[in-house]
Amino acid sequence: MADTANVLKESPSQTAGPYVHIGCTPNFSGIAMFGGDLGAAMKTGPVKGEEITFCGTVYDGAGDALTDAMVEIWQADAAGLFASANEVRGAADAHFTGWGRSAGDMETGEFRFETVKPGAVALPDGRVQAPHITLWIVARGINIGLQTRAYFEDESGMNDLDPLLSQIADRGRVPTLMARSEAPGVYRFDVHIQGPNETIFFDI
Amino acid sequence: MSGAQETGPFDTRDRDWQPPGFAPEYKSTALRSPKHALLRFPTTLSEETSPVFGHGMLGELDNDLIVNFAAEGEMAIGPRLVVHGRVLDEMGRPVPGALLEFWQANAGGRYRHKKESYLAPLDPNFGGCGRTITGEDGAYEFRTIQPGPYPWPNGPNDWRPAHIHFSVFGHGFAQRLITQMYFEGDPLIPLCPIVGVLKSAAAVDAMTATLDKARTLPMDSLAYKFDIVLRGRRQTYFENRSEGL
Ligand SMILES: [Fe+2]
Repeated sequence: MADTANVLKESPSQTAGPYVHIGCTPNFSGIAMFGGDLGAAMKTGPVKGEEITFCGTVYDGAGDALTDAMVEIWQADAAGLFASANEVRGAADAHFTGWGRSAGDMETGEFRFETVKPGAVALPDGRVQAPHITLWIVARGINIGLQTRAYFEDESGMNDLDPLLSQIADRGRVPTLMARSEAPGVYRFDVHIQGPNETIFFDI
Repeated sequence: MSGAQETGPFDTRDRDWQPPGFAPEYKSTALRSPKHALLRFPTTLSEETSPVFGHGMLGELDNDLIVNFAAEGEMAIGPRLVVHGRVLDEMGRPVPGALLEFWQANAGGRYRHKKESYLAPLDPNFGGCGRTITGEDGAYEFRTIQPGPYPWPNGPNDWRPAHIHFSVFGHGFAQRLITQMYFEGDPLIPLCPIVGVLKSAAAVDAMTATLDKARTLPMDSLAYKFDIVLRGRRQTYFENRSEGL
């Protein structure tokens, strides 16, 4: 274990600007590059668990859909393991990347990921996180990436025990963190940056 | 990817150093910044892990914007540059295996994008994007052309200083970052409302690349140095590794 003090400041964040898609999803932007866009497919073969579609739209304070955003998601596999080099609890599903990136639909801005329903994540200290998907949202007008989490409305038993959800004081806002099943295997998670249903954003 | 077996919580983000969500001088932030305070929690495994990007995914020209979109035998137009630096964490340790993606306007200040309407012409040999992965010492390098400044709709007459956008992936999703690199000495830097969302001179300096004469390629390219700092783990545990820090 190394215990050290900060000597440098994190690089300042800047907006991704209106052309983030050129850099992060160039093929989506019509620039044929790199043999395809990163994060376009989360499944690289037969996966374990329940395959789901995870979709939603990001709305601004006027209720308009963002069509120039980039949404990234990061999640555990069906067994609650991350496909990460620093996952030390076990080997994650070899056919599941856990990471997706979406430029959103060109016209509607809707993001859509073909993924698996994540499992509960057992933390090393014994607590258990309810199944959830971490989101990171950048766009023109967003100075620093917005962090939020999508939990699953149909996992209420697990949600009640989740170490993060259970600590949110404003219970009325907790539903903004719930993905809802809108069809078999399809979960919707709309994000409202402002307004009466403003999504809870985190500083984690 | 060595160094990637480190685990442990990330230090809290310094929100006084980072820009606020809403910055009146940058008008697009008005409807795109949360009104409620962010809820602060310590990182969990969900933020302490991240996807793996191996050097094997890179093509030979991914980090050469001068030729990676150009027709056979052609090159992008503009002053030729080498941009290089290191990715470090807040404790000053190199971050190996970090994925950097970068994008920029061409030498005339024009992006290759269908929503872009600036009258400067496209360069048929310039796509405007590239990527690379840092080495064991956290170092990266790419070749490009000097991007041009450009006007943008905000105030009646706002101009962006020349800049290159960077997207950075470290070893934890908590480190995910997008920033912009500016060029030392550009008189547009202090006039820019987007730069101006950062209130401290030190923060602006941290985004400003410096001319690196020692790394210029004589009769070929100027060089600029730009280091990037990601959040660090205050306590780092190394698992499945024989050596410590
Ligand atoms: Fe730009």
